[in-house]
Amino acid sequence: MNLSTTPASGSAHIVLRAVDVWKSYDDGAIEVLKGVNFEAIEGQTVALCGPSGCGKSTLLHLFGGLDASDRGHVSVNGIEVNRYRNLLQLLRHEVGFVFQLHNLIPDLTLAENCLIPTVAAGIDRHVALARLQQLADRTGLTHRLGQCIQKLSGGERQRTALCRALMNKPKILLADEPTGSLDEHTSGTIFELLLDIVATEGVTLVIATHDRVLAARCDRLLEMHDGRTYEPVHA
Amino acid sequence: MIFLKLILTNLRRHRIRSFISVAGISFSVAAMLTVVTILQGAIGMFSGILSSDSEIIVFERNVSDLFFSNVPTAAVEEIAKWSMVSHADPVLFGIVSSANHPIITCFGVTSTDARIRKATWIAGDRFAYSQHADDVVLGERAAEFLGAKLNDHVPIGHGVFHVIGILKTANGFEDGGVFMPLSSAQSFFHKEGTSSVITIKLRDKGDATLLKSMVKTKFANLIALEDVEFTRSYSQFRILKATAWAVGGCGLLMGGLGVANTMIMSVFTRIREIAILRVNGFSHLQIAAMIFGESAVVSLLGAGVGLMTGICLLFVLKLVPALHGYVDVTIQPLVMLIVIMLALLTGIAGALYPAVYAMRVRAVEALRFE
Repeated sequence: MNLSTTPASGSAHIVLRAVDVWKSYDDGAIEVLKGVNFEAIEGQTVALCGPSGCGKSTLLHLFGGLDASDRGHVSVNGIEVNRYRNLLQLLRHEVGFVFQLHNLIPDLTLAENCLIPTVAAGIDRHVALARLQQLADRTGLTHRLGQCIQKLSGGERQRTALCRALMNKPKILLADEPTGSLDEHTSGTIFELLLDIVATEGVTLVIATHDRVLAARCDRLLEMHDGRTYEPVHA
Repeated sequence: MIFLKLILTNLRRHRIRSFISVAGISFSVAAMLTVVTILQGAIGMFSGILSSDSEIIVFERNVSDLFFSNVPTAAVEEIAKWSMVSHADPVLFGIVSSANHPIITCFGVTSTDARIRKATWIAGDRFAYSQHADDVVLGERAAEFLGAKLNDHVPIGHGVFHVIGILKTANGFEDGGVFMPLSSAQSFFHKEGTSSVITIKLRDKGDATLLKSMVKTKFANLIALEDVEFTRSYSQFRILKATAWAVGGCGLLMGGLGVANTMIMSVFTRIREIAILRVNGFSHLQIAAMIFGESAVVSLLGAGVGLMTGICLLFVLKLVPALHGYVDVTIQPLVMLIVIMLALLTGIAGALYPAVYAMRVRAVEALRFE
């Protein structure tokens, strides 16, 4: 039974929708997604849980337009993502990504890494710097803005990645195991910060994670196995 | 600013590789600048010989080289009588040799020729020129390499000549040449009754077209060209210029391959970063601009260093006694501009494939790249 099409609130605005999405690799030899249906409403936090290789990351990549589905449709705010111009618009203004590895550019400073999305989108530098200051204050990185990435701790790097993902005020934050490479304490702190910021900013969060304790703190928790998403049935 | 830093990041990250690429371009640019400048200088000097105190040159039509041109003395005498002509000087070019010096340019000229009249006579008396058939005047450099002094007898070709003067000119060809009375040169080169060219000074430069037209009418096998026209159309000059640019172009091609190699390595080593930029909204064009920007920086740095190296090299070459007068360090702005543009184009061409490769990077796959 595929229950994941049921959003948390019936009348709320659906920002992310997947309809009968299929994805396979090696010319169909490895089927990862087998007709996933998914909806997330504005401001909702959704956790995707499941074993490694079950398709969590693949689904996030499809949501963010980084990959194309074999069949089915993915739309953000009602716009199909797999068309070029929409894809750029999507990556610049609609979605932000946080990965397990922070994926920062080591030769740039913390501030410069965060400003990359604003450079891509051609956002005015003063506006970008004001936004950076705001996010740095929220994430406690203000005093580290001029530091090179190599000098930051793992937690600081992940907070930097979070700032970068939110720079252009995306409507959706896609987080792929964002705490997977951190220790338990730092992991909890980052997750707390993540939930706090998305709540303040009104961002829809879709997070792929192994950590069920953290996942349970999201509005919705979806299980992924056998290429589909399921709402867990509680006793 | 961040975009510029992204461009420079990789150059700083792989300093040795960047240095080698810049060196490749700079060597090519220096080679091109040096070769082109030297050859243009040589062409300028040769043109200078022809245009010495004259505006028009008359020579045999359809000859590939002025050394093969035969202009009858009768034509010289008739043209000299035309009213618009101030003076007409016949010049016979020849190549002679002496022991240890296989090629010496020989100029058969009259005593009234500007090359004799206007040169600085270091030794000897210019009024003694053309008194005897075996008299020669040596250019300063020719005197040096022949080890000859005033009144010496020097073996040149199949004869022995009496040095009655040594003169200095600003022209390397003339300075390294031998001046003979025209009649002696005609006899020596078995070209009695002819000269290679006539150089003509007009009373009024506005009569150039009329004179060219009259030469065409009166002497069907001769052609008259203004100095500028001659320099532009003479096939030997064209060949020299084409050779210079071709040699330089080959150098730049090598430099371009170096840039291409650097840029390919650059793209391969930062494939994950390119994916990160894509995920953060960089378009294909922005990625390509970053790669082209990197190659443009390499090319412009190479061009700058190459120009400085080339200019220094030309100054050093100018100081070499054997090349005195042959190297003209006057570097034309147009040549510099062309060299810079070629270096830039080479860099951009070298970055074409890497840029296309970078544009095609699929972020989702590249993010898995370790």
